[in-house]
Amino acid sequence: MAAASRAVQPWPQRALLHPACKPLLGVLGLVPLAWLVWGAVANQLGANPAEALIRGLGDWTLRALVLVLLVTPLRVVSGWTALARVRRLIGLFVFFYGSLHLLAYAWLDMGWDIAEVLRDTAKRPFILVGMLAWLLLLALAATSFNRAIRTLGAARWQALHRAVYAVAVLAVLHFFWMRAGKNDFAEVAVYALVLGALLAWRVVHRRARGGSQGSSVSSRT
Amino acid sequence: MLIRTGRDGFQHPLSSEITPRAAYQNRRQWLLSAAAAGGALGWAGREAFAQSPAVIKAPGRLAALPGAASRVPGAQAAEKPTAYADVTGYNNFYEFGTDKTDPAARAGRLKTRPWTVQVEGLVSKPGVYDIDALLKLAPMEERLYRLRCVEGWSMVVPWVGYSLAELIRRVQPLGSAKFVEFVTLADRAQMPGLSSRVLDWPYLEGLRLDEANHPLTLLAFGLYGEVMPNQNGAPVRLVVPWKYGFKSGKSIVKIRFTEQQPRTSWNVAAPQEYGFYSNVNPQVAHPRWSQATERRIGDDGGLFAKRRPTLMFNGYEPQVGQLYAGMDLRTFY
Repeated sequence: MAAASRAVQPWPQRALLHPACKPLLGVLGLVPLAWLVWGAVANQLGANPAEALIRGLGDWTLRALVLVLLVTPLRVVSGWTALARVRRLIGLFVFFYGSLHLLAYAWLDMGWDIAEVLRDTAKRPFILVGMLAWLLLLALAATSFNRAIRTLGAARWQALHRAVYAVAVLAVLHFFWMRAGKNDFAEVAVYALVLGALLAWRVVHRRARGGSQGSSVSSRT
Repeated sequence: MLIRTGRDGFQHPLSSEITPRAAYQNRRQWLLSAAAAGGALGWAGREAFAQSPAVIKAPGRLAALPGAASRVPGAQAAEKPTAYADVTGYNNFYEFGTDKTDPAARAGRLKTRPWTVQVEGLVSKPGVYDIDALLKLAPMEERLYRLRCVEGWSMVVPWVGYSLAELIRRVQPLGSAKFVEFVTLADRAQMPGLSSRVLDWPYLEGLRLDEANHPLTLLAFGLYGEVMPNQNGAPVRLVVPWKYGFKSGKSIVKIRFTEQQPRTSWNVAAPQEYGFYSNVNPQVAHPRWSQATERRIGDDGGLFAKRRPTLMFNGYEPQVGQLYAGMDLRTFY
């Protein structure tokens, strides 16, 4: 792997290794938020801006989730090993948009009434599922630092961070249930298919390697 | 399943608390002083003003359909009308798609002429009414109604139309008629939403005959002083202001008088969530969310406007509460 990458690097690899890559990606990740905030300020979010903002933040959480789960398959298939460098940043954007989604709901829908939020969580399965997904994201974000990896040990850290697969399933279920009232599953199906394919790739890839490597923990998750 | 919490226990507020009396009186005062300023003093002056339709300014988009300010009790909500752009741009009309912006984007192709409404069933005078005949059947009135959607948002809409009772009186229901069923247009060629299986088409709604005969039950032909925009249910729709919005069928093609309670589309689709009555009731939660509060579209404060408490019968309890005397509104939701 290392030997191959020392030869002439493909441009995506060079770009990913560039010192400006992460700051640029960080700014890029804030563009959707800036867009939504601008829409809110300029009154461009339609008749129900609160709903548009909450849903927009949810959409971007899902999109970031798709991106972060795309990193490893893309890295393995393309051989652009430097993709691993940006995985944590994208993962933190999933947490970032997920948290804003939750805060927007708690603020705009629930008026910061925590008791009401808890009642709503108990009452509506789709809220409960969303809350669970966010709690998992919180655990992953809280252990995303290098020191956390050292403290937990690589194996345990990796086992914990496989919870992102559960987040993907919960997020799709959350979206599915939210749309169930209207039987309108076209958009849900797109996310379910894409996320499903990304998870299925892992199962297939793991099985393909399974024979030679046994149950050893590899860096490819 | 109904979940009772400390917040939505079964307690009726006093009707005096429900009617925003201060605002109502304010409006009267304003009407009075406006009339006085116009040179007309006292009762006669107020009458003259109340009959003028000048309260709502038509946006000038569609053919004018003026109506005199309605004198039906409860028909003039003392609230700011929701902006025309929101009333006509944020709609549930699944025949054109389930997104709130779909009806405005896709209903343009709906042909509203020629249009007929068939009246049938248990009536002495069944028949087919042309839309032009319906428009002339009774004097047009302007009514400012609150509209509460079951999804938890609300608007204030200046409708133009007359009481459905005007039509019912003319077709003479038989003694055996107990319910009225409303059948709405389901035309695949014009309505792209019909390809979705979200509901069984055509969309069906129904009322008890006494509900249908209540003066607040409006057969509406327009809003904001103009004919009905397609996305709001042109050319003729029902408006039942004390019930969740879906009870008010749009683009009606048939009115049938029956002895049996008619099937209604949402009740068929999800009986545990939507009953036949569907009266606005903050104390009876939807199985999947609370109905205690609502978001008023276009409320001052925009994004950060607080949700408002939802009123029993959408604030029309003084007018319609007696229709349900003795009924358990948790059973008949």
